[in-house]
Amino acid sequence: MSLTRSWMIAEIPGPTRANVITKPEIVAALIRRHKRPLLVVGSKITTDIGGESMADYVIRLAKAANIPVLASLPALKVFREKGFEPAAAMPLADIGARLVDPSWQGVDGKGPHDLVLILGFRYYEQWLLLSGVKHFSDTMLVSLDYRYQPHANWSFLNISLEEWKKNLKAIIEKFGG
Amino acid sequence: MSKRALHVKLEKLEAPSVLVKGLELGIGRIFEEEWEEPLGPTPFPSITTLRDWDMKLLKRYKPFYMPFCDVCCLCTFGKCDLTKGKRGACGLNMAAQQSRIVLLACCIGAATHLGHAKHLVEHLIEKYGRDHPIDVGGEHVYIEAPVTRLVTGVRPKTLGDLEDICEYLAGEIVHLLSCCHTGMEGDNLDFESKVLHAGMIDQVAMEIADIAQISALDFPKADPDAPLVELGAGVVDLEKPVILVIGHNVPPAAAIMDYLVANNLYGQVEVAGICCTAHDVTRYNPGAKIIGPISWQLRFVRSGMADVIVVDEQCIRTDILTEAQKVKAPLIATSEKACHGLRDRTHDDPDEIIEDLLTGREPGALILEPDKAAEVAVKVAVKIAPERKRFKIIPDVAGVIEEAKKCTQCKTCARVCPAELDVPAAMAKAKEGDVSALAALYDYCIGCARCESACPQGLKPHSYIVAASEKEMKSEKFKVRAGRGPIRDTEIRNVGSPIVLGEIPGVVALVGCANYANGGRELAEVAEEFARRRYIIVASGCAAMTIGMMKDEEGKTIYERYPGVFDAGGVVNVGSCVSNPHIAGAAIKIASIFAKRNLRANYEEIADYILNRVGAVGVAWGAMSQKAAAIASGFWRLGVPVIVGPHGFKYRRLLLGRQDREEDWYVYDARTGKKVYVGPCPEHLFYAAESKEELMVMIPKLCMRPNDTTKGRMIKLTHYIDLYKKIYGTLPPDLHLFVRRVADIPITMKEEVLEFLKEKGWKEMEIPDPTLLPRLIRKKE
Repeated sequence: MSLTRSWMIAEIPGPTRANVITKPEIVAALIRRHKRPLLVVGSKITTDIGGESMADYVIRLAKAANIPVLASLPALKVFREKGFEPAAAMPLADIGARLVDPSWQGVDGKGPHDLVLILGFRYYEQWLLLSGVKHFSDTMLVSLDYRYQPHANWSFLNISLEEWKKNLKAIIEKFGG
Repeated sequence: MSKRALHVKLEKLEAPSVLVKGLELGIGRIFEEEWEEPLGPTPFPSITTLRDWDMKLLKRYKPFYMPFCDVCCLCTFGKCDLTKGKRGACGLNMAAQQSRIVLLACCIGAATHLGHAKHLVEHLIEKYGRDHPIDVGGEHVYIEAPVTRLVTGVRPKTLGDLEDICEYLAGEIVHLLSCCHTGMEGDNLDFESKVLHAGMIDQVAMEIADIAQISALDFPKADPDAPLVELGAGVVDLEKPVILVIGHNVPPAAAIMDYLVANNLYGQVEVAGICCTAHDVTRYNPGAKIIGPISWQLRFVRSGMADVIVVDEQCIRTDILTEAQKVKAPLIATSEKACHGLRDRTHDDPDEIIEDLLTGREPGALILEPDKAAEVAVKVAVKIAPERKRFKIIPDVAGVIEEAKKCTQCKTCARVCPAELDVPAAMAKAKEGDVSALAALYDYCIGCARCESACPQGLKPHSYIVAASEKEMKSEKFKVRAGRGPIRDTEIRNVGSPIVLGEIPGVVALVGCANYANGGRELAEVAEEFARRRYIIVASGCAAMTIGMMKDEEGKTIYERYPGVFDAGGVVNVGSCVSNPHIAGAAIKIASIFAKRNLRANYEEIADYILNRVGAVGVAWGAMSQKAAAIASGFWRLGVPVIVGPHGFKYRRLLLGRQDREEDWYVYDARTGKKVYVGPCPEHLFYAAESKEELMVMIPKLCMRPNDTTKGRMIKLTHYIDLYKKIYGTLPPDLHLFVRRVADIPITMKEEVLEFLKEKGWKEMEIPDPTLLPRLIRKKE
């Protein structure tokens, strides 16, 4: 088992913890293997990465890999300021309630999402959302945040924003973006 | 089984030697016969009495669980792995385990309030007698204890009556707590029903505490013009000895004020408080001052401003003795619930205690008698102040810069900071001689000092933040209206109709602790926004302080600019944590006074009324404690939604409606019995928001009720649409669910909204006389 530790030191989950995304190819493969991926994005995508923001990378990834974006309400505001309209927007609380509902037909009404890629929330918000979805659904969960999220199935380790940027660029490139 | 399994009502009983009229008798209890209001169906409810009502709520507002821990470790079977549908050795699954933990939290909260109430009532009975009358507003308040009347069917007239009710409450909490034991309850929704019961019990306990202290200690009695009192670390006159009181149970602090008056020392010694004791001591004597919410504890103590620290109970830092010793301030503990390792000096000669504290032979004393604690506190403060000379452990700026040089940038502080503050970046700047980044963290720091516990270099980032902001801290000078207690019956008469019809867009209750994810200023801005929009703003506890800590260009706080009346555009501070039931009580009184519904032991009907008609929403933006959990659950059972801030996600579960499930939003039309779709009103019962902006749009949305008139709904929609557009730039995507008739549409937005509705395929809806209770249907189809 890898030496994984939550970013918030006391946030110790339990018997299961996320596999580590050691290279961007893993994320690309996961996206390709699933039929109905979804990007769930929170308020912290304003995080600055050398003159760009996390939101810019999310938009590029969504466009390149053709993944619908479900924005939480604060993220909606950020996306609209950037001229990007997510597939849907709803509060984080509502996102959680829908992701654990097997009858929810997704943001486009065409069926449940089998892969959720998530990033951009406060660490503990994302930790708790992932915990809720992990326990009460079978959806594959991938944290694309730069801090290790043990409740996902897959997560980056605690990495620098520079490293995160390199990884995201590589993932986007895998889809021709 | 309920104690009251049998209830007999006799109009008249004549026997050879006795004549009885109007007697109502329950086994174990005798109910007052002179009360014209008939006894309702649920006096002194047991755990399951209101289960049907709870299940109605829980069917619509389903729990969404976010486990904090994958395992259960409460018994020796464990630890048990509950991930992915596994069951523990006792058979419990994760959903039930989560609701069990929520129940445990609410039991702790309710027990804490009840313990507080019991101590307070016992103390006041000892001082003023069992027959001391309950009077919380004279002729202005006929319904003195709406929550108690609603739950128990009893109207308390004396302090002694309150003691009797406490016994019922204690019994319920014992039963609820027992349900958390291994091998008891097994269903998550039954646990949730018990959570709601715990919340209801908590509301009664708080009401008892507050009406007892209002009556006996002569706090403001439903007074909209309660005095403005001073708030902020900067209001303390440091030329005088300073006594700091912390906690929630006011008798020791009140005794200090009495002692000062009786010994001609009033005005010569500063008495300043943190947390709810601060509220209550200013209600007792407006000469006392409020430092601020719970988060101000460390910064104030470490700044050396307090000469003596007196703690009672709840929300006290549990390392307060260590912190007090650092600044050479003696600590006096006054509650048996929080002894802090100090020797019990209750029966010792005050002069001996004083001598021990002044010489430093003992760092503090446990004194369980308020008058003696007061005497010791004042005498020690007066003598020690010139010697302490405001001894502090906050370094000066040069010292901060020197210390910062030891920082290795390991980022451990950032990895433990609840507010996710970038402490390492601020330390890096400080290392270079610039403390501005540390100062910038001051408004966002919640004062927990986890950064210091965690720092491997032994650095003290919290103290450095305070040092860098010393000027700001000393300039904190605000005004807050002293807690006024209940809402007047006359005020309810004035606003009952416009609230129920929707013309006053809502009642926004800002309550709870100060664990803000993004500083307290956000809450003050929310209060300002909704007061300006002529909602009724009601506040209590730390939230009531927080909203007073922002000034306009003229230097005035919200309490100086808005009236303290319970009316549109009023900003009402009801008081401390235990004053929260006055908010619930206002909603109950609307049903009783305005709508003439019987409230006596008639919980379900009144809650149904509130859920469907009273546009009130609670906001606990910095909710932190188990008490806050219990307070919130008391509001839920009564049909009042509660929004918490980002840290509120840590309560592990939300109660969420699903606007996309039409079948969840049908009510009965009480006039016809027909089931009618009313839209998702109110959409959620317990909701956590990610940001202030999200809160701003959720407040007007959760104030909508099925009973709104078209005019009322139009007003509510105006605010919802306006705020949503202002923040997100478009019409709300769910707007069509809240427009029932064309007449609901705000006039100035008609064209745009009609076009939107057309796109959504909107159809007109009926506006029923809404109820979830079939028994309230007057005529069945």
